[in-house]
Amino acid sequence: MLLWQLALGIGVLLLWQGASGRLIDNFFISNPLDVGTRLYRWIADGSIFQHIAATLYATGMGFLIGSVGGAILGVWLGVSPFASRLLNPYLNALNALPKVALAPLFVLWFGLGIESKIALAAVLVLFLVFLNTFAGVREVDQDLIDGARLMRATRTQVIFKVIIPSAMSWVFAGLKIAMPYALIGAVLGEMIAANRGLGYLVQFSGSQFDSAGVFAVLFVIALLAVGLNYLVEAVQGRMERWRIVSR
Amino acid sequence: MIRLENISKSFYKGNTAVDAVRDMSLTIERHEIVAVIGPSGCGKSTLLNMIAGLYAPTRGHVVYKGARVSDVNTDVGYMTQKDNLLPWRSVRDNVAFPLELAGVPQAERARRADEVIKHVGLQGFEDRYTNELSGGMRKRACLGRMLLYGAETALLDEPFAALDAQLKLAMHDLMLRLVAENQQTVILVTHDLMEAVTLADRVLVCTRRPATIAMEQRIDLARPRDVLNVRFSNAFKEHYDALWERLRVEYREERV
Repeated sequence: MLLWQLALGIGVLLLWQGASGRLIDNFFISNPLDVGTRLYRWIADGSIFQHIAATLYATGMGFLIGSVGGAILGVWLGVSPFASRLLNPYLNALNALPKVALAPLFVLWFGLGIESKIALAAVLVLFLVFLNTFAGVREVDQDLIDGARLMRATRTQVIFKVIIPSAMSWVFAGLKIAMPYALIGAVLGEMIAANRGLGYLVQFSGSQFDSAGVFAVLFVIALLAVGLNYLVEAVQGRMERWRIVSR
Repeated sequence: MIRLENISKSFYKGNTAVDAVRDMSLTIERHEIVAVIGPSGCGKSTLLNMIAGLYAPTRGHVVYKGARVSDVNTDVGYMTQKDNLLPWRSVRDNVAFPLELAGVPQAERARRADEVIKHVGLQGFEDRYTNELSGGMRKRACLGRMLLYGAETALLDEPFAALDAQLKLAMHDLMLRLVAENQQTVILVTHDLMEAVTLADRVLVCTRRPATIAMEQRIDLARPRDVLNVRFSNAFKEHYDALWERLRVEYREERV
Protein backbone atom coordinates (compact mmCIF):
# COMPACT_ATOMS: atom_id res chain seq x y z
CA MET A 1 0.00 0.00 0.00
CA LEU A 2 2.80 2.37 0.92
CA LEU A 3 4.31 1.79 -2.53
CA TRP A 4 1.03 2.61 -4.21
CA GLN A 5 0.70 5.73 -2.12
CA LEU A 6 4.21 6.80 -3.08
CA ALA A 7 3.51 6.05 -6.74
CA LEU A 8 0.38 8.20 -6.63
CA GLY A 9 2.30 11.07 -5.06
CA ILE A 10 5.12 10.89 -7.61
CA GLY A 11 2.59 10.60 -10.45
CA VAL A 12 0.80 13.75 -9.34
CA LEU A 13 4.11 15.60 -9.02
CA LEU A 14 5.15 14.53 -12.54
CA LEU A 15 1.78 15.60 -13.93
CA TRP A 16 2.16 18.93 -12.18
CA GLN A 17 5.68 19.39 -13.51
CA GLY A 18 4.52 18.49 -17.02
CA ALA A 19 1.48 20.76 -16.96
CA SER A 20 3.17 23.83 -15.64
CA GLY A 21 4.43 26.11 -18.39
CA ARG A 22 2.68 24.03 -21.04
CA LEU A 23 -1.00 23.83 -20.05
CA ILE A 24 -1.13 26.44 -17.33
CA ASP A 25 1.11 29.40 -16.81
CA ASN A 26 3.98 28.73 -14.45
CA PHE A 27 3.14 32.02 -12.75
CA PHE A 28 -0.05 30.55 -11.26
CA ILE A 29 0.83 27.03 -10.30
CA SER A 30 4.62 27.13 -10.16
CA ASN A 31 6.17 23.65 -10.43
CA PRO A 32 7.49 20.99 -8.05
CA LEU A 33 11.14 21.67 -8.88
CA ASP A 34 10.87 25.35 -8.06
CA VAL A 35 8.94 24.56 -4.88
CA GLY A 36 11.57 22.02 -3.88
CA THR A 37 14.40 24.44 -4.57
CA ARG A 38 12.63 27.12 -2.57
CA LEU A 39 12.17 24.76 0.38
CA TYR A 40 15.79 23.69 0.16
CA ARG A 41 16.97 27.30 0.19
CA TRP A 42 14.83 28.16 3.21
CA ILE A 43 16.07 25.15 5.07
CA ALA A 44 19.68 25.77 4.05
CA ASP A 45 19.72 29.37 5.29
CA GLY A 46 17.57 28.40 8.30
CA SER A 47 15.02 31.15 7.74
CA ILE A 48 12.04 28.75 7.67
CA PHE A 49 12.67 27.47 11.18
CA GLN A 50 11.76 30.62 13.05
CA HIS A 51 8.44 30.62 11.16
CA ILE A 52 7.80 26.96 11.93
CA ALA A 53 8.69 27.55 15.57
CA ALA A 54 6.33 30.51 15.84
CA THR A 55 3.43 28.62 14.26
CA LEU A 56 4.05 25.48 16.29
CA TYR A 57 4.22 27.48 19.48
CA ALA A 58 0.97 29.27 18.75
CA THR A 59 -0.69 26.00 17.71
CA GLY A 60 0.59 24.11 20.75
CA MET A 61 -0.32 26.76 23.29
CA GLY A 62 -3.69 27.34 21.68
CA PHE A 63 -4.40 23.64 21.62
CA LEU A 64 -3.36 23.23 25.24
CA ILE A 65 -5.38 26.15 26.57
CA GLY A 66 -8.38 25.35 24.39
CA SER A 67 -8.49 21.65 25.20
CA VAL A 68 -7.99 22.08 28.94
CA GLY A 69 -10.63 24.80 29.00
CA GLY A 70 -12.99 22.82 26.81
CA ALA A 71 -12.59 19.65 28.84
CA ILE A 72 -13.14 21.42 32.16
CA LEU A 73 -16.18 23.24 30.82
CA GLY A 74 -17.52 20.02 29.31
CA VAL A 75 -17.19 18.04 32.52
CA TRP A 76 -18.59 20.85 34.63
CA LEU A 77 -21.66 21.38 32.50
CA GLY A 78 -22.01 17.65 31.98
CA VAL A 79 -22.39 16.97 35.69
CA SER A 80 -24.47 19.99 36.61
CA PRO A 81 -27.81 20.00 34.83
CA PHE A 82 -28.68 23.46 36.14
CA ALA A 83 -25.62 25.17 34.68
CA SER A 84 -25.94 23.36 31.38
CA ARG A 85 -29.58 24.36 30.98
CA LEU A 86 -28.80 27.91 32.02
CA LEU A 87 -25.96 28.34 29.56
CA ASN A 88 -27.38 26.23 26.75
CA PRO A 89 -28.75 29.01 24.48
CA TYR A 90 -25.67 31.16 24.92
CA LEU A 91 -23.29 28.34 24.17
CA ASN A 92 -25.28 27.44 21.08
CA ALA A 93 -25.11 31.02 19.87
CA LEU A 94 -21.38 31.24 20.54
CA ASN A 95 -20.79 27.93 18.85
CA ALA A 96 -22.67 28.98 15.73
CA LEU A 97 -20.56 32.13 15.52
CA PRO A 98 -17.71 31.81 13.02
CA LYS A 99 -14.85 32.02 15.49
CA VAL A 100 -12.56 33.36 12.78
CA ALA A 101 -14.56 36.56 12.89
CA LEU A 102 -13.16 37.11 16.37
CA ALA A 103 -9.66 37.55 14.97
CA PRO A 104 -9.77 41.36 14.70
CA LEU A 105 -11.01 41.53 18.28
CA PHE A 106 -8.13 39.36 19.47
CA VAL A 107 -5.64 41.56 17.66
CA LEU A 108 -7.19 44.48 19.48
CA TRP A 109 -7.03 42.75 22.84
CA PHE A 110 -3.77 40.88 22.64
CA GLY A 111 -1.82 42.95 20.14
CA LEU A 112 0.09 41.90 17.08
CA GLY A 113 2.26 39.42 18.96
CA ILE A 114 1.87 35.68 19.33
CA GLU A 115 -0.84 36.04 22.00
CA SER A 116 -3.57 36.91 19.51
CA LYS A 117 -2.74 33.78 17.44
CA ILE A 118 -2.83 31.63 20.56
CA ALA A 119 -6.20 33.11 21.46
CA LEU A 120 -7.68 32.35 18.05
CA ALA A 121 -6.38 28.78 18.04
CA ALA A 122 -7.60 28.29 21.62
CA VAL A 123 -11.13 29.48 20.89
CA LEU A 124 -11.44 27.19 17.88
CA VAL A 125 -10.23 24.23 19.92
CA LEU A 126 -12.23 25.05 23.02
CA PHE A 127 -15.65 24.64 21.44
CA LEU A 128 -14.82 21.41 19.67
CA VAL A 129 -13.36 19.83 22.79
CA PHE A 130 -16.15 21.18 24.96
CA LEU A 131 -18.92 19.75 22.77
CA ASN A 132 -17.31 16.32 22.65
CA THR A 133 -16.53 16.21 26.35
CA PHE A 134 -20.04 17.31 27.22
CA ALA A 135 -21.55 14.61 25.02
CA GLY A 136 -19.16 12.07 26.52
CA VAL A 137 -20.09 12.96 30.09
CA ARG A 138 -23.77 12.70 29.21
CA GLU A 139 -23.19 9.27 27.70
CA VAL A 140 -21.66 7.76 30.85
CA ASP A 141 -23.49 4.62 31.89
CA GLN A 142 -25.72 5.57 34.84
CA ASP A 143 -25.36 2.05 36.23
CA LEU A 144 -21.62 2.58 36.66
CA ILE A 145 -22.29 5.80 38.55
CA ASP A 146 -24.94 4.14 40.74
CA GLY A 147 -22.56 1.26 41.40
CA ALA A 148 -19.83 3.61 42.56
CA ARG A 149 -22.25 5.60 44.73
CA LEU A 150 -23.41 2.41 46.42
CA MET A 151 -19.76 1.74 47.23
CA ARG A 152 -19.69 5.05 49.06
CA ALA A 153 -17.97 7.09 46.39
CA THR A 154 -18.14 10.81 47.03
CA ARG A 155 -19.26 13.12 44.25
CA THR A 156 -15.65 14.05 43.49
CA GLN A 157 -14.67 10.38 43.34
CA VAL A 158 -17.54 9.65 40.98
CA ILE A 159 -16.39 12.47 38.70
CA PHE A 160 -12.71 11.54 38.70
CA LYS A 161 -12.89 7.77 38.85
CA VAL A 162 -15.98 7.02 36.80
CA ILE A 163 -17.19 9.94 34.70
CA ILE A 164 -13.90 11.29 33.38
CA PRO A 165 -12.28 7.94 32.49
CA SER A 166 -15.51 6.87 30.85
CA ALA A 167 -15.76 10.07 28.80
CA MET A 168 -12.10 9.88 27.80
CA SER A 169 -12.66 8.38 24.38
CA TRP A 170 -15.07 11.20 23.56
CA VAL A 171 -12.54 13.75 24.75
CA PHE A 172 -9.94 12.20 22.49
CA ALA A 173 -12.30 12.25 19.56
CA GLY A 174 -12.71 15.96 20.24
CA LEU A 175 -8.95 16.47 20.51
CA LYS A 176 -8.40 14.69 17.24
CA ILE A 177 -10.92 16.89 15.46
CA ALA A 178 -9.57 19.99 17.18
CA MET A 179 -5.88 19.49 16.41
CA PRO A 180 -6.03 20.68 12.78
CA TYR A 181 -8.21 23.57 13.89
CA ALA A 182 -5.53 24.74 16.28
CA LEU A 183 -3.16 24.92 13.33
CA ILE A 184 -5.80 26.68 11.24
CA GLY A 185 -6.33 29.23 14.00
CA ALA A 186 -2.63 29.93 14.36
CA VAL A 187 -2.00 30.24 10.62
CA LEU A 188 -5.05 32.41 10.14
CA GLY A 189 -4.01 34.69 12.95
CA GLU A 190 -0.60 35.05 11.38
CA MET A 191 -2.11 35.86 8.01
CA ILE A 192 -4.09 38.71 9.48
CA ALA A 193 -1.30 40.47 11.28
CA ALA A 194 2.15 39.17 12.07
CA ASN A 195 5.80 39.41 11.18
CA ARG A 196 6.59 35.77 11.75
CA GLY A 197 5.02 32.35 11.28
CA LEU A 198 3.95 30.19 8.37
CA GLY A 199 0.71 32.14 7.93
CA TYR A 200 2.74 35.33 7.59
CA LEU A 201 5.02 33.60 5.08
CA VAL A 202 2.07 32.45 2.97
CA GLN A 203 0.62 35.94 3.01
CA PHE A 204 3.99 37.51 2.24
CA SER A 205 4.77 35.13 -0.63
CA GLY A 206 1.31 35.66 -2.08
CA SER A 207 1.65 39.41 -2.02
CA GLN A 208 4.93 39.05 -3.89
CA PHE A 209 3.20 36.94 -6.57
CA ASP A 210 5.56 34.15 -5.54
CA SER A 211 3.50 31.01 -6.13
CA ALA A 212 6.44 28.69 -5.50
CA GLY A 213 6.80 30.24 -2.05
CA VAL A 214 3.09 29.77 -1.30
CA PHE A 215 3.21 26.12 -2.30
CA ALA A 216 6.36 25.56 -0.29
CA VAL A 217 4.71 26.92 2.86
CA LEU A 218 1.54 24.94 2.24
CA PHE A 219 3.65 21.82 2.00
CA VAL A 220 5.25 22.56 5.36
CA ILE A 221 1.86 23.24 6.96
CA ALA A 222 0.49 19.95 5.63
CA LEU A 223 3.49 18.10 7.05
CA LEU A 224 2.95 19.74 10.45
CA ALA A 225 -0.73 18.78 10.41
CA VAL A 226 0.10 15.14 9.74
CA GLY A 227 2.74 15.12 12.47
CA LEU A 228 0.45 16.69 15.06
CA ASN A 229 -2.34 14.29 14.26
CA TYR A 230 -0.01 11.38 14.73
CA LEU A 231 1.00 12.78 18.11
CA VAL A 232 -2.61 12.89 19.36
CA GLU A 233 -3.21 9.33 18.21
CA ALA A 234 -0.05 8.11 19.92
CA VAL A 235 -1.11 9.69 23.23
CA GLN A 236 -4.59 8.20 22.91
CA GLY A 237 -3.10 4.77 22.22
CA ARG A 238 -1.12 4.97 25.44
CA MET A 239 -4.03 6.16 27.55
CA GLU A 240 -6.63 3.78 26.22
CA ARG A 241 -4.80 0.52 26.17
CA TRP A 242 -7.88 -1.33 27.45
CA ARG A 243 -9.77 -0.38 24.31
CA ILE A 244 -6.98 -1.56 22.04
CA VAL A 245 -6.60 -4.96 23.61
CA SER A 246 -10.27 -5.62 23.08
CA ARG A 247 -9.77 -5.99 19.37
CA MET B 1 -33.65 -5.02 59.78
CA ILE B 2 -35.06 -4.28 56.35
CA ARG B 3 -38.74 -3.49 56.21
CA LEU B 4 -40.79 -2.87 53.11
CA GLU B 5 -43.99 -1.08 54.00
CA ASN B 6 -46.67 -1.48 51.35
CA ILE B 7 -44.38 -0.47 48.56
CA SER B 8 -45.54 -0.10 44.98
CA LYS B 9 -43.58 0.99 41.98
CA SER B 10 -44.98 2.10 38.65
CA PHE B 11 -43.04 3.20 35.63
CA TYR B 12 -44.55 5.70 33.29
CA LYS B 13 -44.20 5.44 29.60
CA GLY B 14 -45.97 8.46 28.26
CA ASN B 15 -49.33 8.31 30.00
CA THR B 16 -49.53 4.58 30.51
CA ALA B 17 -48.35 3.28 33.83
CA VAL B 18 -46.67 -0.06 34.12
CA ASP B 19 -46.87 -1.52 37.60
CA ALA B 20 -43.73 -3.41 38.45
CA VAL B 21 -44.35 -3.98 42.14
CA ARG B 22 -47.67 -3.69 43.96
CA ASP B 23 -48.33 -3.44 47.69
CA MET B 24 -45.47 -5.53 48.87
CA SER B 25 -44.75 -5.78 52.56
CA LEU B 26 -41.84 -7.70 53.85
CA THR B 27 -39.51 -7.87 56.81
CA ILE B 28 -36.03 -9.27 56.59
CA GLU B 29 -34.08 -10.08 59.73
CA ARG B 30 -30.42 -9.46 60.29
CA HIS B 31 -28.16 -12.29 58.99
CA GLU B 32 -31.02 -13.84 57.12
CA ILE B 33 -30.61 -15.15 53.59
CA VAL B 34 -33.78 -14.52 51.62
CA ALA B 35 -34.28 -15.76 48.09
CA VAL B 36 -36.84 -14.09 45.83
CA ILE B 37 -38.00 -16.22 42.98
CA GLY B 38 -40.48 -15.60 40.20
CA PRO B 39 -41.01 -15.42 36.46
CA SER B 40 -38.55 -13.22 34.60
CA GLY B 41 -39.60 -9.62 34.17
CA CYS B 42 -41.83 -9.68 37.21
CA GLY B 43 -40.21 -6.77 39.03
CA LYS B 44 -37.69 -8.58 41.19
CA SER B 45 -34.85 -6.33 40.08
CA THR B 46 -37.01 -3.28 40.73
CA LEU B 47 -37.43 -4.53 44.27
CA LEU B 48 -33.67 -4.65 44.78
CA ASN B 49 -33.25 -1.22 43.22
CA MET B 50 -35.68 0.18 45.75
CA ILE B 51 -33.89 -1.44 48.68
CA ALA B 52 -30.62 -0.02 47.34
CA GLY B 53 -32.26 3.39 47.20
CA LEU B 54 -31.71 3.79 43.47
CA TYR B 55 -35.44 4.00 42.75
CA ALA B 56 -37.89 5.67 45.04
CA PRO B 57 -41.06 3.60 45.51
CA THR B 58 -44.18 5.20 44.02
CA ARG B 59 -46.05 4.43 47.23
CA GLY B 60 -44.94 3.14 50.60
CA HIS B 61 -41.36 3.16 51.79
CA VAL B 62 -38.33 1.09 52.51
CA VAL B 63 -37.04 1.17 56.05
CA TYR B 64 -33.46 0.10 56.63
CA LYS B 65 -32.32 -0.27 60.24
CA GLY B 66 -35.11 1.95 61.43
CA ALA B 67 -34.41 4.77 58.98
CA ARG B 68 -36.28 5.47 55.79
CA VAL B 69 -34.25 4.94 52.65
CA SER B 70 -34.45 8.17 50.69
CA ASP B 71 -31.09 8.27 48.93
CA VAL B 72 -28.52 5.72 47.80
CA ASN B 73 -28.24 3.12 50.55
CA THR B 74 -24.50 2.75 51.12
CA ASP B 75 -24.91 -0.04 53.67
CA VAL B 76 -25.73 -2.49 50.92
CA GLY B 77 -23.53 -4.13 48.37
CA TYR B 78 -25.42 -4.56 45.14
CA MET B 79 -24.47 -7.05 42.49
CA THR B 80 -26.60 -6.17 39.50
CA GLN B 81 -27.59 -8.46 36.68
CA LYS B 82 -25.45 -6.47 34.31
CA ASP B 83 -21.85 -6.48 35.46
CA ASN B 84 -20.88 -2.98 36.46
CA LEU B 85 -17.17 -3.41 36.07
CA LEU B 86 -15.19 -0.42 34.87
CA PRO B 87 -13.77 -1.37 31.47
CA TRP B 88 -10.68 0.82 31.77
CA ARG B 89 -9.52 -0.95 34.91
CA SER B 90 -7.87 -4.30 35.29
CA VAL B 91 -9.63 -7.08 37.20
CA ARG B 92 -7.53 -6.35 40.28
CA ASP B 93 -8.29 -2.63 40.19
CA ASN B 94 -11.96 -3.36 39.67
CA VAL B 95 -12.18 -5.73 42.60
CA ALA B 96 -10.20 -3.27 44.74
CA PHE B 97 -12.31 -0.30 43.64
CA PRO B 98 -14.42 -0.07 46.84
CA LEU B 99 -11.24 -0.17 48.92
CA GLU B 100 -9.71 2.54 46.75
CA LEU B 101 -12.78 4.68 47.33
CA ALA B 102 -12.40 4.14 51.06
CA GLY B 103 -8.77 5.27 50.89
CA VAL B 104 -7.07 1.96 51.67
CA PRO B 105 -3.35 2.14 50.72
CA GLN B 106 -2.35 0.68 47.35
CA ALA B 107 -0.30 -2.29 48.61
CA GLU B 108 -2.94 -3.46 51.04
CA ARG B 109 -5.81 -3.25 48.61
CA ALA B 110 -3.83 -5.16 45.96
CA ARG B 111 -3.11 -7.89 48.49
CA ARG B 112 -6.71 -8.17 49.62
CA ALA B 113 -8.00 -8.04 46.07
CA ASP B 114 -5.67 -10.83 44.96
CA GLU B 115 -6.88 -12.96 47.85
CA VAL B 116 -10.51 -12.58 46.83
CA ILE B 117 -9.66 -13.09 43.17
CA LYS B 118 -8.15 -16.43 44.09
CA HIS B 119 -11.34 -17.29 45.99
CA VAL B 120 -13.50 -16.74 42.93
CA GLY B 121 -11.11 -18.67 40.72
CA LEU B 122 -9.76 -15.81 38.64
CA GLN B 123 -6.10 -16.12 39.56
CA GLY B 124 -3.92 -15.40 36.55
CA PHE B 125 -6.39 -12.82 35.27
CA GLU B 126 -5.60 -10.05 37.77
CA ASP B 127 -4.05 -7.77 35.17
CA ARG B 128 -6.53 -8.40 32.38
CA TYR B 129 -9.08 -5.83 31.36
CA THR B 130 -12.69 -6.85 31.82
CA ASN B 131 -13.42 -7.00 28.10
CA GLU B 132 -10.95 -9.87 27.87
CA LEU B 133 -13.06 -11.97 30.24
CA SER B 134 -16.01 -14.21 29.51
CA GLY B 135 -19.44 -13.38 30.91
CA GLY B 136 -19.09 -15.88 33.73
CA MET B 137 -15.68 -14.57 34.67
CA ARG B 138 -17.03 -11.05 34.83
CA LYS B 139 -19.77 -12.22 37.16
CA ARG B 140 -17.16 -13.77 39.36
CA ALA B 141 -15.15 -10.55 39.38
CA CYS B 142 -18.33 -8.71 40.46
CA LEU B 143 -18.96 -11.27 43.16
CA GLY B 144 -15.36 -10.87 44.30
CA ARG B 145 -15.71 -7.12 44.44
CA MET B 146 -18.86 -7.39 46.47
CA LEU B 147 -17.37 -9.88 48.88
CA LEU B 148 -14.31 -7.69 49.35
CA TYR B 149 -16.50 -4.68 50.00
CA GLY B 150 -18.07 -6.70 52.83
CA ALA B 151 -21.23 -4.65 53.03
CA GLU B 152 -23.64 -5.37 55.85
CA THR B 153 -26.31 -6.42 53.37
CA ALA B 154 -25.74 -8.02 50.01
CA LEU B 155 -28.27 -7.63 47.22
CA LEU B 156 -27.66 -10.22 44.55
CA ASP B 157 -29.51 -10.10 41.26
CA GLU B 158 -29.16 -13.47 39.56
CA PRO B 159 -25.49 -13.60 40.47
CA PHE B 160 -24.87 -17.12 39.25
CA ALA B 161 -27.00 -17.14 36.13
CA ALA B 162 -24.12 -17.09 33.64
CA LEU B 163 -22.06 -19.81 35.31
CA ASP B 164 -21.78 -23.43 34.33
CA ALA B 165 -23.24 -26.02 36.73
CA GLN B 166 -19.98 -27.04 38.40
CA LEU B 167 -18.76 -23.53 38.90
CA LYS B 168 -22.16 -22.56 40.22
CA LEU B 169 -21.86 -25.12 43.00
CA ALA B 170 -18.40 -23.87 43.89
CA MET B 171 -19.68 -20.29 43.99
CA HIS B 172 -22.66 -21.29 46.14
CA ASP B 173 -20.28 -22.86 48.59
CA LEU B 174 -18.00 -19.84 48.56
CA MET B 175 -20.88 -17.47 49.02
CA LEU B 176 -22.34 -19.35 51.98
CA ARG B 177 -18.96 -19.51 53.68
CA LEU B 178 -18.12 -15.85 53.18
CA VAL B 179 -21.59 -14.65 54.09
CA ALA B 180 -21.40 -16.63 57.33
CA GLU B 181 -17.91 -15.32 57.97
CA ASN B 182 -18.87 -11.68 57.36
CA GLN B 183 -22.27 -12.13 59.01
CA GLN B 184 -24.07 -10.54 56.11
CA THR B 185 -27.74 -10.29 55.37
CA VAL B 186 -28.49 -11.45 51.85
CA ILE B 187 -31.33 -10.86 49.44
CA LEU B 188 -30.93 -13.08 46.45
CA VAL B 189 -33.01 -12.75 43.32
CA THR B 190 -33.00 -15.83 41.17
CA HIS B 191 -35.10 -17.87 38.82
CA ASP B 192 -33.42 -21.12 39.76
CA LEU B 193 -35.53 -22.85 42.41
CA MET B 194 -32.78 -25.36 43.20
CA GLU B 195 -30.42 -22.51 43.97
CA ALA B 196 -33.01 -20.69 46.06
CA VAL B 197 -33.72 -23.71 48.28
CA THR B 198 -30.03 -24.59 48.57
CA LEU B 199 -28.95 -21.18 49.77
CA ALA B 200 -31.82 -19.47 51.51
CA ASP B 201 -33.37 -19.43 54.97
CA ARG B 202 -36.58 -18.23 53.40
CA VAL B 203 -37.87 -18.33 49.85
CA LEU B 204 -40.41 -15.84 48.56
CA VAL B 205 -42.37 -16.61 45.41
CA CYS B 206 -43.33 -13.57 43.38
CA THR B 207 -46.33 -13.38 41.10
CA ARG B 208 -46.12 -12.17 37.58
CA ARG B 209 -45.95 -8.43 37.10
CA PRO B 210 -46.97 -6.47 39.09
CA ALA B 211 -45.00 -8.41 41.66
CA THR B 212 -46.60 -9.32 44.95
CA ILE B 213 -45.61 -12.09 47.27
CA ALA B 214 -47.58 -15.22 46.44
CA MET B 215 -45.97 -17.56 48.91
CA GLU B 216 -43.41 -17.63 51.64
CA GLN B 217 -41.56 -20.77 52.62
CA ARG B 218 -39.12 -21.14 55.48
CA ILE B 219 -36.26 -23.49 54.60
CA ASP B 220 -35.22 -25.10 57.87
CA LEU B 221 -32.33 -27.12 56.54
CA ALA B 222 -29.37 -27.20 58.92
CA ARG B 223 -26.39 -24.92 58.48
CA PRO B 224 -23.65 -25.07 57.38
CA ARG B 225 -25.11 -26.69 54.32
CA ASP B 226 -23.31 -28.97 51.99
CA VAL B 227 -24.34 -27.39 48.70
CA LEU B 228 -23.57 -30.52 46.75
CA ASN B 229 -25.53 -33.01 48.83
CA VAL B 230 -28.25 -30.99 50.50
CA ARG B 231 -30.44 -31.40 47.45
CA PHE B 232 -30.70 -35.16 47.90
CA SER B 233 -32.32 -34.99 51.33
CA ASN B 234 -36.05 -35.55 51.77
CA ALA B 235 -36.57 -32.24 53.52
CA PHE B 236 -35.08 -30.47 50.54
CA LYS B 237 -37.42 -32.29 48.19
CA GLU B 238 -40.46 -31.35 50.24
CA HIS B 239 -39.54 -27.66 50.19
CA TYR B 240 -38.75 -27.82 46.53
CA ASP B 241 -42.03 -29.49 45.60
CA ALA B 242 -44.11 -27.14 47.68
CA LEU B 243 -42.51 -24.11 46.08
CA TRP B 244 -42.64 -25.55 42.59
CA GLU B 245 -46.34 -26.25 42.99
CA ARG B 246 -47.01 -22.56 43.58
CA LEU B 247 -44.46 -21.33 41.07
CA ARG B 248 -45.96 -23.47 38.35
CA VAL B 249 -49.19 -21.55 38.63
CA GLU B 250 -47.37 -18.35 37.78
CA TYR B 251 -45.68 -19.90 34.81
CA ARG B 252 -48.88 -21.48 33.58
CA GLU B 253 -50.70 -18.17 33.68
CA GLU B 254 -47.78 -16.66 31.88
CA ARG B 255 -48.19 -19.00 28.97
CA VAL B 256 -51.88 -18.21 28.47
